Amino acid sequence: MRRSKERSRFIALCVAPAAILFFIFMVLPTVNVFRMSFFERGAYSPTETFVGLSNFKVLFQDAKFISAMQNTVLLIVTVTLVTFFFAIVFAAILTREKIRGQNFFRVIFYIPNILSVVVIAGIFSAIYKPENGMLNSILSAISGRDIMILWKDQQMVIISIIIAMVWQAIGYYMVMYMASMSAVPMDLYESASLDGAGRLAQFFQITLPLIWTNIRTTLTFFIISTINMAFLFVKAMVAKGMADVGLSFMYNQKDAGLYGYAMAAGVVIFLFSFLLSALVNKVTQRDVLEM
Amino acid sequence: MKQKKGSAEPIFKVFIYVVLITLAVLIIVPVAWVFLASIKQNSEFYGNPWALPAGFYWQNFVDAWNAASMGSYMLNSVIVTALSLALLLVIALPAAYCLSRFQFTGRKFLNTCFMAGLFINVNYIVVPIFLMLKDGDVWLKKLLGDGVLLNNLFVLALVYASTALPFTIYLLSGYFATLPHDFEEAAYIDGAGYGSTMVRIIFPMAQPSIITIILFNFLSFWNEYIISMTLMSSATGQKTLPVGLLNLMQAQQSSAQYGILYAGLVLVMLPTLILYICVQKKLTQGMTVGGLKG
Repeated sequence: MRRSKERSRFIALCVAPAAILFFIFMVLPTVNVFRMSFFERGAYSPTETFVGLSNFKVLFQDAKFISAMQNTVLLIVTVTLVTFFFAIVFAAILTREKIRGQNFFRVIFYIPNILSVVVIAGIFSAIYKPENGMLNSILSAISGRDIMILWKDQQMVIISIIIAMVWQAIGYYMVMYMASMSAVPMDLYESASLDGAGRLAQFFQITLPLIWTNIRTTLTFFIISTINMAFLFVKAMVAKGMADVGLSFMYNQKDAGLYGYAMAAGVVIFLFSFLLSALVNKVTQRDVLEM
Repeated sequence: MKQKKGSAEPIFKVFIYVVLITLAVLIIVPVAWVFLASIKQNSEFYGNPWALPAGFYWQNFVDAWNAASMGSYMLNSVIVTALSLALLLVIALPAAYCLSRFQFTGRKFLNTCFMAGLFINVNYIVVPIFLMLKDGDVWLKKLLGDGVLLNNLFVLALVYASTALPFTIYLLSGYFATLPHDFEEAAYIDGAGYGSTMVRIIFPMAQPSIITIILFNFLSFWNEYIISMTLMSSATGQKTLPVGLLNLMQAQQSSAQYGILYAGLVLVMLPTLILYICVQKKLTQGMTVGGLKG
């Protein structure tokens, strides 16, 4: 039983550093997000005054916050639909057909995922440059006249962000669906095609139902991550104040020194993302098919 | 698929290749364009954007490295990334080992906490972390006359490592739990202590998952910029490479020094691209063990 004491000491020594750091840098700040949303605190006065729900009351009447949340919803819906549609269709094609250089395509499609969002923003600033930009020069060549679209202007900026976000995400999800689709047994397709089912019927009746659990999980993760990625893209790509999403609104309030107000926005966005993923989870519920 | 030999087959196949190649071009061309642009002279940016560079204008890299201080930012990024990876491994490996292979009171609670931590995104808690460190600095200033928590590369690395703990522990625990207990029992009978059993027997076996963890966290630490921007906000202080690049991009809008900007972009993405080319197989496989698999 001498080992018993040694054992507890060993466990404590191993677990304590992780638990302490986790508590200081993750648990405590999370609690603080919620706590501070009920307080008013300025940048130069470290004292906190309890203001109850007044931060939230102001927030829901703040036109900037409402338009930021509208942008967030718009980005979530369009980026998710476009990314998932193309990722699933391409993955289905790539896993079912014998494609030469399959590995080459896989390697290429994954590249945007390893680049920093700042790098992607830099790449897209070259694409979107109004004069001598890649996109405008291609459009001019196609149409035969000089096209000077201001891609980062108020009207186009959300579309520009959507394009960049889809560019970044599509390869990752395609590679992931290829992995799960290749687990579908080939003989299912063979017997289906003997029964006269075409490609489309096979896709909707075999591939999609069998990987549905995977799609559901990734969809929930994707929606949560889109809220975060939208923030990263706006922060790196868009001139300040041009267009905001929920989290970038929060960050701007922090820059303005309104800490309590910023945290109230954080709480609302957090609850929003939580409810949205619960909703998506509920809506996409189907009977699970086993392979 | 060979039974059906309709006339539509070859057309369908061509269509597939056209789509795939288009997508590959859409990804490669912008990246390659930046590489080519990084060796163009500034005057070349006012002509046709698709023209090849007139020559190798390496001065862009020299200017980015020295005048735009990308060199020192790169050093900062290397320090922070290496430090946070080292911290993460030293802290997460023993914790994951104990949490997955020992029975003790509080184990279940801790496991649940770390699982819940997977859902806490850094973007939400970066402001409270900043305020906490700021308050700490105010307190330290009273006590010692100087605050050291903000604008500190070591603190930044500590925050990186801490926020990566839930994912890392989750991944490692999953692997450790699959190992049979016979390894440890044999080692204990031979008289090895807990610590040396863990370090000499278990960790070497976990090498594949350790490499996966290093890869994923290297990419996220190297590319990260929100925490870095918030905690290293001093205008004159040290910066990491992505934040330095972001500042360069904002400055470029007024001064139009395109060559330096693209050279800076290349400096940020080159390490990740080289790493990716070396280990691409591991990364594209590793993502399916990353816990997203349904």
